[in-house]
Amino acid sequence: MTDENIANHLKSLKKYTPARIGVGRTGTRPLTKDFLSFRTDHAAAVDAVYGEVSSKLIEELDLFSVETCYETKDHYLKRPDKGRILSEEAKTIIKEKCTPNPQVQIVVSDGLSASAIDENILDVYPALLDSLSMYGLNIGTPFFVKGGRVACMDDIGEILAPEAFILLIGERPGLVCAHSLSAYMCYQPKKGMKESDRMVISNIHRSGTPAIEAAAHMGTLISKMLDQKKSGVGLVI
Amino acid sequence: MYKKTTLLGITYEFHSLKEIMAKANEEKSGDELAGISAENMKERMAARAVLAETTLSDIRSYPVVAPEKDDVSKLIEENVNEEIYGVIKNWTVADLREYILNDEHLSKELLQIGTGLTSEMIAAVTKIMSNLDLIQAASKITVITHCQTKIGQKGVLASRAQPNHPSDHLAGIRASLFEALSYGIGDAVIGINPVIDTTDNIYALLNETKEVIDRFDIPTQNCVLSHISSQMRAIEKGAPADMIFQSLAGTQTGNESFGISISMLEEATSLIFEKGTAEGQNRWYFETGQGSELSADAHFDVDQLTLESRCYGLAKHFNPFIVNTVVGFIGPEYLYDSKQVIRAGLEDHFMGKIHGLPMGVDVCYTNHMSADQNDMDNLSTLLSTAGVNFVIGVPMADDCMLNYQSLSFHDIATLRNVLGVSAAPEFADWLKKQGLTISSGQLTKQAGDPSFFL
Repeated sequence: MTDENIANHLKSLKKYTPARIGVGRTGTRPLTKDFLSFRTDHAAAVDAVYGEVSSKLIEELDLFSVETCYETKDHYLKRPDKGRILSEEAKTIIKEKCTPNPQVQIVVSDGLSASAIDENILDVYPALLDSLSMYGLNIGTPFFVKGGRVACMDDIGEILAPEAFILLIGERPGLVCAHSLSAYMCYQPKKGMKESDRMVISNIHRSGTPAIEAAAHMGTLISKMLDQKKSGVGLVI
Repeated sequence: MYKKTTLLGITYEFHSLKEIMAKANEEKSGDELAGISAENMKERMAARAVLAETTLSDIRSYPVVAPEKDDVSKLIEENVNEEIYGVIKNWTVADLREYILNDEHLSKELLQIGTGLTSEMIAAVTKIMSNLDLIQAASKITVITHCQTKIGQKGVLASRAQPNHPSDHLAGIRASLFEALSYGIGDAVIGINPVIDTTDNIYALLNETKEVIDRFDIPTQNCVLSHISSQMRAIEKGAPADMIFQSLAGTQTGNESFGISISMLEEATSLIFEKGTAEGQNRWYFETGQGSELSADAHFDVDQLTLESRCYGLAKHFNPFIVNTVVGFIGPEYLYDSKQVIRAGLEDHFMGKIHGLPMGVDVCYTNHMSADQNDMDNLSTLLSTAGVNFVIGVPMADDCMLNYQSLSFHDIATLRNVLGVSAAPEFADWLKKQGLTISSGQLTKQAGDPSFFL
């Protein structure tokens, strides 16, 4: 095969998969640009895990901020249980600032990717408010939870007793995308709730599920939860 | 079992074998999460001192999970070779360590002793072995298995090609597989983790991999790593599978959380022998990994190393072709950083080998774990010197479906080159015939180019 032929064949193989193929080698090792690009993607993923959500952004969205019992990032990673419960201080602030028993409670949390919030929240959050208002739903006082895990929605549910709940949280970063956001939803969150009662829209980012589409889908799901008074596998969509 | 010891002027009391076993472990975040680890380094050493003096018969007398309540315990108990056990039952764990490391005792002796040990005894001795102890001991043991081809020979480093795709796109999978083969990767198995766990999809993936194997006459075997029940449905419909796969846990409750039971594994064994496409006597592929029982709340306060060892006790019953621990996949709440992952990789490999298993390791990490590719360079080098049966390769170490990093095809080719080990014999011959390697195993100019197979 001529070099040009090989290049064309490689191109035809590469179009079928996002895997890093057709990269070539020097000796048995990869070429420098591919090696550095792989390490760069990993660096972005690590920075997303260890990063902090911009406080300016939280202010801009008019959210107040509370913390779980996670204490430090290292502890957060070692003890997922601590990210599921709110600190005593957080509970007091939430009780003080939030309207209890709202129809829909929205909470934003960094989770495993601070950059998921930084990159997406300005697209997703306003679109979500629009989508919920189209269904004429009343929305509780939204806030930001630092060091949250998905099940922190249960602890918050115990305090505010919302009818439906939406948690926008950063996903564990991959090398393809370090800033993917998930929206976890459920009906009447409370302690000991089954994982199968939660519903999720994942992969929300600019080259994944677009913000507008995700927000519209969340609105539909929430209104169905409120109609059918349940969430999870039993919800008829 | 109650034990007391004094170390550096402090007296330590232990109230059960389970407590001693947990506290004797190297530091693991999963044992901390379970609330069973030693409080400090001195207590850890006190537990090891006590464990070293514990006899094998004591370990057998105090099961960490009662066999009446757990079928994994029952199976391990029933599979002990009583004749061998009878000879060694009064040995202490320290005696066992020294027998294993004695240079008069080679593969045959170690494999024979292994048949008289329970998985808990193997876990116990592992806890009082250093990383180099684990490498030395494992390197003496040779386990050769036969599915379509044979792997496990001394001086062989085999590999699984893992050409996953985020939507199971067949042409995409084929492209990644061509890349793997062009680096000499795929002699242990061509194994795909599917996204879609339906019978039709599993059928299509088995067919696709078999077609490539047949077209190029590749001496290897195929497997699709879905739940056992969807593989069984596909195989019953006539899908060509050389092996059948399942993830295992070290307790009955853990296996129930995976949706499996021992009787299901037995049923699958009959099916793969009846309808499988391979010839050899080893038709299973198992994956395991420290921490999975705790994550399913099925750990009964037993430490993750002991539970991992019990997975091997279960696996052994089914004479698998390959077994690997997916060591760094589970996350930092079980293995926090590279130090813990490297330790766990060496522990799992040794424990598997002395159980008599064809042990491989998925040398890997996730992005929320404190580890990077350099750590995988280190662990894969250590494991290759320890004689690991196989490792796993994905394009540039980045699995674009499972979103974690393993080894690259380049890495495996490099390990073979640096350590003077080779692909499995039949596969090595095939590579030479294809013009991808020369006699020394070194890659030719044509190698490393997937379009070679177009």
